[in-house]
Amino acid sequence: MLYLELFIQGLVQGSIYGLIALGLTLVYGLLRILHVAHAALFTLGGYIGVVVTNTTGSFPLAIVVAMVAVGLVGMAVYKLAYEPLLHRPPYIALIASIALFIASEEIFRIVFGPFGLSYIDPPLQGQIEIFAGFRLKYGEILVMGIAIVMLSALAWLSAKTRTGIAWRATVTDPEMAAAFGINIQNVRYLNFFIASALAAVAGVLVALLNNLVEPTMGSVPSYKALAIIVLGGLGSIRGTLVASLALGIIESFGTIYVGHLLDRDALAFAFLILILMVRPQGLLGGK
Amino acid sequence: MAYEITLLTTMAISILFALSLNFISGFCGQISLGHAAFLGTGAYASAMLTKSSIPFLLTLPVAAIIAGFFGFLIGLASLRVRHDFLAITTMGVGFLFVGIVRKQDFLGGELGMAGIPSPDMSRESFMVFCIILAVIFAVFSLYIRRSWMGFVFESIADNEDVTRILGIDASRFKLAAFVIGTAVAGIAGALYAHHFRYIGPDSFGFVQSVSVLAMVIVGGVGSVWGVAFAAAVLSILPLLVQFIDDYKLLFYSALLFAMMRFAPDGVAGIVQRIFGFARRGS
Repeated sequence: MLYLELFIQGLVQGSIYGLIALGLTLVYGLLRILHVAHAALFTLGGYIGVVVTNTTGSFPLAIVVAMVAVGLVGMAVYKLAYEPLLHRPPYIALIASIALFIASEEIFRIVFGPFGLSYIDPPLQGQIEIFAGFRLKYGEILVMGIAIVMLSALAWLSAKTRTGIAWRATVTDPEMAAAFGINIQNVRYLNFFIASALAAVAGVLVALLNNLVEPTMGSVPSYKALAIIVLGGLGSIRGTLVASLALGIIESFGTIYVGHLLDRDALAFAFLILILMVRPQGLLGGK
Repeated sequence: MAYEITLLTTMAISILFALSLNFISGFCGQISLGHAAFLGTGAYASAMLTKSSIPFLLTLPVAAIIAGFFGFLIGLASLRVRHDFLAITTMGVGFLFVGIVRKQDFLGGELGMAGIPSPDMSRESFMVFCIILAVIFAVFSLYIRRSWMGFVFESIADNEDVTRILGIDASRFKLAAFVIGTAVAGIAGALYAHHFRYIGPDSFGFVQSVSVLAMVIVGGVGSVWGVAFAAAVLSILPLLVQFIDDYKLLFYSALLFAMMRFAPDGVAGIVQRIFGFARRGS
């Protein structure tokens, strides 16, 4: 029974990682930028979610508002921060991104206060008994459900629609795609919109699970999501999802069995280094 | 006077630390996001030794050897993974260091180590000692840069594959860069521990690794004078802007962002643009 509970917890955590890391992998696949500030958009999503829920009382509305607003902010981040740096060595964009992330954390602290916000009337607090002695919180079910819905929608979008095909073409070979008349600029905006909207959903969901948003809630996911996309083989969507779920599960078991030696975050990176030394191209990476 | 001495000592240690990363990331082009782990290794090693009453000066080589040994291991990793993968691996090493130290009781765990004995010298001589070490390493860096080794480093930073095709054993040079850079970071760590006389896991976390990389990039990657200048300014900047206390980190990160956005060549780049020098090697 303990195993099953740890496993489910791992899946829930893994779904959250997946939503965050997927956006990161989309950005990396298109621009070769390690977008640390992605986690700031995740935090922003959480704040918008809580504020909108508290003012309007509608949780679904909060999710939509958070997605759209953060998606737009994500596009602005690309336009203002990354576009001018594209022809520079990649570490310039990386440092700029880290600086942006630290600055955002400070802005959250100054605007919303250091102690964070909670839902006044937290939605979906009950739990349901699946079978004797085994319960799941509604929130946890929602997390896994939303992750599945979002990722399926994304898979459908990229496989079946013209926009999706243009997008994949651009990721594979930007110059060739441009030669075929695809507007690269629009693809990049779309890419940032979707990536940021996914991060916003993850933020709202984490805020729901913990019933708390705080300025620093992005720190751990930001670096861990980097570890995940590297594990997944940088730019591979399938690899990212596998790595997210694997890491969620490994952390959940690891904290029980080796928690006295390493803390949770170090565990993730120990796993990362171990895998990279054996497979330098990541779990499912090609090349 | 005591305040100025503290300030100058902090500055000298930062310069030494930043130059040690410049050796790896600047000269040899291997970006490291976990360099604070080696500062920490040196600091913990040296503090453990002086706490069991071994003379401070004797602990310096030990700190260098231990940090250099771990640097050698990371160097081996750098032979396996490159570029972004290496950046993330080194970041992982940083988190691993903090995560392990946190859980070890003999290293003080979460609380860190307090009551580290003072070095066996007056505060003034300690300051002079730190400055001398920083100057020695700066001169050594300048010398290396003009040596055969420096040329190989530059060529690896530029294009590792071509370097290998030329028949140069790039792996050996990369390992050398990592060992020298991390060993010097270990020495800087030993100085750090005996300057502040308290160390904890959070003194050597990701923020410190990013700050030191920021010093290297703001100074101008590879430029010894630029990096030394940036390290000197950035290390005392938080103290100089105490008056905006609550907005300190915001100011610092905004400055860093603006620097990357508008002058990614760093201070050295700005100076070169003003005086119209030809860019070295580009």
